[in-house]
Amino acid sequence: MWTLAGQGCRRGRVLLPWGSGAARGERLRPRRASFLGTAAGSGAGGGPCGSAGLQEKPDMSKFPVEDIRNFSIIAHVDHGKSTLADRLLELTGTIDKTKNNKQVLDKLQVERERGITVKAQTASLFYNFEGKQYLLNLIDTPGHVDFSYEVSRSLSACQGVLLVVDANEGIQAQTVANFFLAFEAQLSIIPVINKIDLKNADPGRVEKQIAKVFDIPSTECIKISAKLGTNVESVLQAVIERIPPPKMHRKNPLRALVFDSTFDQYRGVIANVALFDGVVSKGDKIVSAHTQKRYEVNEVGVLNPNEQPTLKLYAGQVGYLIAGMRDVTEAQIGDTLYLHNHPVEPLPGFKSAKPMVFAGMYPIDQSEYNNLKSAIEKLTLNDSSVTVHRDSSLALGAGWRLGFLGLLHMEVFNQRLEQEYNTSVILTTPTVPYKAVLSSAKLIKEYREKEITIINPAQFPDKSKVAEYLEPVVLGTIITPSEYTGKIMALCQARRAVQKHLMFIDQNRVMLKYLFPLSEIVVDFYDSLKSLSSGYASFDYEDAGYQTADLIKMDILLNGNTVEELATVVHKEKAYSIGKTICERLKDSLPRQLFEIAIQAAIGSKIIARETVKAYRKNVLAKCYGGDITRKMKLLKRQAEGKKKLRKIGNIEVPKDAFIKVLKTI
Amino acid sequence: MVLPGPRARGLVAAARAAQGRRLEDSEPRSPSADPASRRAALYVHWPYCEKRCSYCNFNKYVARGRVDEAALRRCLLTEARTLLGLSGVRRVESVFFGGGTPSLASPHTVAALLEAVVQAAHLPADVEVTLEANPTSAPGARLAEFGVAGVNRLSIGLQSLNDQELQLLGRTHSALDALRTLAAARRLFPGRVSVDLMFGLPGQQLGPWLVQLQELLRHCDDHLSLYQLSLERGTALFAQVQQGAVPCPDPELAAAMYAEGRALLRAAGFRQYEVSNFARHGALSTHNWTYWQCGQYLGVGPGAHGRFVPHGAGGHTREARIQTLEPDNWMKEVTLFGHGTRKRVPLDELELLEEVLAMGLRTDVGITHQHWQQFEPQLNLWDVFGASEEVKGLQEQGLLLLDDRGLRCSWEGLAVLDFLLLTLLPRLQEAWQKQRSPPPVPGG
Repeated sequence: MWTLAGQGCRRGRVLLPWGSGAARGERLRPRRASFLGTAAGSGAGGGPCGSAGLQEKPDMSKFPVEDIRNFSIIAHVDHGKSTLADRLLELTGTIDKTKNNKQVLDKLQVERERGITVKAQTASLFYNFEGKQYLLNLIDTPGHVDFSYEVSRSLSACQGVLLVVDANEGIQAQTVANFFLAFEAQLSIIPVINKIDLKNADPGRVEKQIAKVFDIPSTECIKISAKLGTNVESVLQAVIERIPPPKMHRKNPLRALVFDSTFDQYRGVIANVALFDGVVSKGDKIVSAHTQKRYEVNEVGVLNPNEQPTLKLYAGQVGYLIAGMRDVTEAQIGDTLYLHNHPVEPLPGFKSAKPMVFAGMYPIDQSEYNNLKSAIEKLTLNDSSVTVHRDSSLALGAGWRLGFLGLLHMEVFNQRLEQEYNTSVILTTPTVPYKAVLSSAKLIKEYREKEITIINPAQFPDKSKVAEYLEPVVLGTIITPSEYTGKIMALCQARRAVQKHLMFIDQNRVMLKYLFPLSEIVVDFYDSLKSLSSGYASFDYEDAGYQTADLIKMDILLNGNTVEELATVVHKEKAYSIGKTICERLKDSLPRQLFEIAIQAAIGSKIIARETVKAYRKNVLAKCYGGDITRKMKLLKRQAEGKKKLRKIGNIEVPKDAFIKVLKTI
Repeated sequence: MVLPGPRARGLVAAARAAQGRRLEDSEPRSPSADPASRRAALYVHWPYCEKRCSYCNFNKYVARGRVDEAALRRCLLTEARTLLGLSGVRRVESVFFGGGTPSLASPHTVAALLEAVVQAAHLPADVEVTLEANPTSAPGARLAEFGVAGVNRLSIGLQSLNDQELQLLGRTHSALDALRTLAAARRLFPGRVSVDLMFGLPGQQLGPWLVQLQELLRHCDDHLSLYQLSLERGTALFAQVQQGAVPCPDPELAAAMYAEGRALLRAAGFRQYEVSNFARHGALSTHNWTYWQCGQYLGVGPGAHGRFVPHGAGGHTREARIQTLEPDNWMKEVTLFGHGTRKRVPLDELELLEEVLAMGLRTDVGITHQHWQQFEPQLNLWDVFGASEEVKGLQEQGLLLLDDRGLRCSWEGLAVLDFLLLTLLPRLQEAWQKQRSPPPVPGG
């Protein structure tokens, strides 16, 4: 029966084209009727409702904690995490075994295209081992450390992880970052060497890397080919044998961790929860420890991987809960839910999402403003980690300043807007949140805080008011074939990075750790790294707080008039090169006018770079006789119409394109 | 061959007599009792060329076999009669045979067309009748025949006095051919010969081009047109530049050639009466002047453009008209309907004023107050442009003048007119709309 249910799910998910009709932007899921219809009878794979009759909800009480395993799969991009998940779902009869199962848990187009998981998915697997029925909860995690907080919350619902490493590529930067997240959470780690079917696979070398970097004996590595299904069964056995059951108690009052949430336009917020203690069922009155709001539970169930309502959920189990929350911000990741009459100590580690990268987003045409607004609203319904502030630019019109967890998060958000909502946007060069520590008690009183965060260069406080400026830094991990080490070290140095660690992870691979100013990696660092290492180096980073920085505000002037939208906050060392680049870009994109234009980059009153656009000397159609008039008038009127939309800086007319070229590609 | 009719012969004689007459140094419009809407210039399009020039994207065709000139002539005559009737034009003030290469047509066709005009409207004896001529297709003897047919002004597509450049342009003549044709034309049509010279060609340098212009000045008559090459999509030259086979013309250099060229011509006694046109001894082109003054004109022939009020059909609004482009289709339509008009677009009052502005400013006199008033009696030039800060800015920059004479470009302003129009056109639209919808008076 779970097989059939799986088929239903897949049909609902895969056959519906992305971005079509009313389903756009919502997590696609089949009508619930198809679940109820197929959830009847007992199948070979066994299920929680084996003895339950038609239309009966599964009884989860049959799974005591000792028969439960909660685990995650963590891996570098493209190492096969999602393919392994597909196989595990097939082996346990959760989904039908066909050739069509490709990254079943990666539902978004962007996830399939980029080979990454953006939105964590969860599936409860029922597996018979040595005559005993186990409930294995696979808690899929976002596959990038931009989402490290989400990963850490997902991991806190687990007792173990499968650390998947590509047998050909070996340990990569993200493998390391993921390992440490799991290691710090004190989880059991099962190394899985995947893709052993590849021609260049060298599982032996990867075993040695794992031993060296992670201090895990080679004998613990399971070598598989998820693609071909080779040895995947032994992974399930290892999950049961090596990962401990959760240590939780049904008899204690309810304590549930929210580790993900999604929004359904018909049912509201669906919170994914892991029960640390107690039991929850329909009708229970629950409270959010973060918001202190009270809700009544309408539905509980397991994820299979789609929602399958159950009678109750018990301690140690993982599932979902719907309780009339209207907004994902009411079910924040890391929050604790408890029964209203039994308050408990919230689970540790909760924090609100903290954006690290900001960018302006504007519709290409202002007439698209409302469409874009509604698209952003819909996307953020499912992603509470994006912060949205209305903003407006004289050149680009009304728009927003959006905060993202990281660069990938920003790119993914933009790609989803384009793919799922068919909108094109102007995204300005990303900036990072700088801070200024105010110098006097008076100022602190005025600003109501000692440290102010600067998101917009317009708010940059003058040096006279500031004791010191701070910039966000990250700890970056780079893993590369050793021949590129020199070039990469030079690149890092040019980006003001400080080396923290260097280690050979095998004979010809090096792991480097650098402390980077975040601003230095938000633009084109990854592309530079990839191109100078012929694509072999991998990079990942984690938040490392703030450091003192010599920051200045740089203005761009056109014939002496400041162009507000081009002001930037830069590190003093970088001011000259950035100023020069902006001036050159402007020179190339500013149309000539009837007079000369001086383009200058200035710090205070000091000019640090200059370019000149010469005046137009001739602009008149040579031949204009009877047959040319219609065409000429049409052209002139179109140009005059376009001129109305130009932004005037002093007496200089600047087309939007010029701003876009500069703002997009500094 | 049909001989020109008696009226046409008389016309020829009169035209000859008029050749000696010079236009005064002012607008070359002779006073007429007919209102402007009953007068028009006539353009006749000859669609064929011997060869395609590498830079030309005009509506022209290289005939595969022999051109059936008799049929084409019949259709030109028919369409001329039809359009003269439709327009209700009583007086034709100039005729221009353009193309294509109209000097490839037989003089008889030219004579027959003029005869048809004479039968339908008044064609003053001294009226300007221009023929565009290509140096190779117009040896001296043939030019004389055109003179007999009624042509009294020649415009020679000389383009360059450098054989390499002529080759690059795909012209069939040499510099020597051009000078010979020019000399023959001057003997036949003294004081009424114009030559075209191009500048801003790929690879062309300032110094050598000025030497060419100086040489041309030693040979030319009283009218000269300087045309900057514009690379048009779809031409062979455009493709060559795109592929990098030929260097891209440098706009800075072209601007310098234009500036130096017009200064040189001024020093030689030429009046720059339009962006690209220079004349001395009052030898301005009447026909082209009509375009820039937004007079009416009829366009006859494949792809010809016209602008007139179809009075003869009871119309009161000026229309922009385009004839069917392709010669065979055009002929079919003329045979069936008497004309090959493919498109008629009525011009509203504002559109007409926009044309008055854009075209008038191409001339040295610009738009006089009197001229403007003929088109817009209520809103004068001061009303439209007087209060605008932007227009004031252009005046302060020395690019534009608005005074008791009217609105016109300065010497520097003329070179950047298309830029000035981007300020002037919206200003006109604004003033126009304001006048049409006056704000409600508070309190009624």
